[in-house]
Amino acid sequence: MTLIDLANPTRFLALTGRLLPWLAAATIILLTIGLYQSATAPDDYQQGATVKIMFIHVPNAWLSMFVWGVMSIASLGTLVWRHPLADVAAKAAAPIGAAFTFLALLTGSLWGRPMWGTYWEWDARLTSVLILFLMYLGLMALWRAVDEPSRAARAAAVLTLVGAINLPIIKFSVDWWNTLHQPASVMRMGGSSLDKSFLIPLLVMAVGFTLLFVTLHLAAMRNEILRRRVRSLQMMQASRVAFSEVGISSREDSTSKEVGAA
Amino acid sequence: MIMSLGPYASFIVTSYAAAALVVVLLIGWIVLDYRSQTQRLREFERSGVTRRSGRSATDTP
Repeated sequence: MTLIDLANPTRFLALTGRLLPWLAAATIILLTIGLYQSATAPDDYQQGATVKIMFIHVPNAWLSMFVWGVMSIASLGTLVWRHPLADVAAKAAAPIGAAFTFLALLTGSLWGRPMWGTYWEWDARLTSVLILFLMYLGLMALWRAVDEPSRAARAAAVLTLVGAINLPIIKFSVDWWNTLHQPASVMRMGGSSLDKSFLIPLLVMAVGFTLLFVTLHLAAMRNEILRRRVRSLQMMQASRVAFSEVGISSREDSTSKEVGAA
Repeated sequence: MIMSLGPYASFIVTSYAAAALVVVLLIGWIVLDYRSQTQRLREFERSGVTRRSGRSATDTP
């Protein structure tokens, strides 16, 4: 099955119907293994047991940017290739991305209080992630504000691509500015600086959360396709009612003319 | 094995509980939305409003 085949929403629905149970099962298995490994991971020599917060904070932080990346590619699909499902993919991903970004902010804050002595600091990393969260909310508001899906899609696609500028700012904020947030310790030149006892649960949780995103995203895309079918059927019903009313009034007009002529 | 979370147990437990709650809310919202959309499509079909292709709106090939 090619990408062009998937442009047909009916085929896409069939594919998601087959894939979703397998994806859900793989997600549950990986997250269960990841949670077990996180629970049994040793305490860090500096952070103590609070290192366990990292096993959910870091995957959510990665996904907050990954989801915007997916939405940016989908936005290119909307504006450049006009793929029928590109706008569906972007719209369905936004609430999920917002949820992951919220969790990254919340868990980071809960880690920061015991480790930094504060829940929040207006440093470059934290502020740029907060902006990302607000952009997710703004996009969701935009989609709700415009009734016509194709008009909303183009405006949202432009906003998403402009917002993608924030992604490298988030990633490199810890290098470009002097921040309280620590620099990258997993994805960096020279390999990860994490010990295997922390790296393995972190990667398992990251893959588990990524599978969770893929599962939820496909399910949300299926809902969006069905929502658009509901909308088109509503419009079809409204046009039938309008036509039948026009038909009745024109018949009444001709009857009154005939009566007048008589 | 009893897990010891140390003096910051409340921060760790709150983090995991919040993550679980948000994920459950997301799943619940998506499942309820799916049920709502399929129900509305079935109502349209019952009232005789169907797609131009004539296929059921909830059908997959």
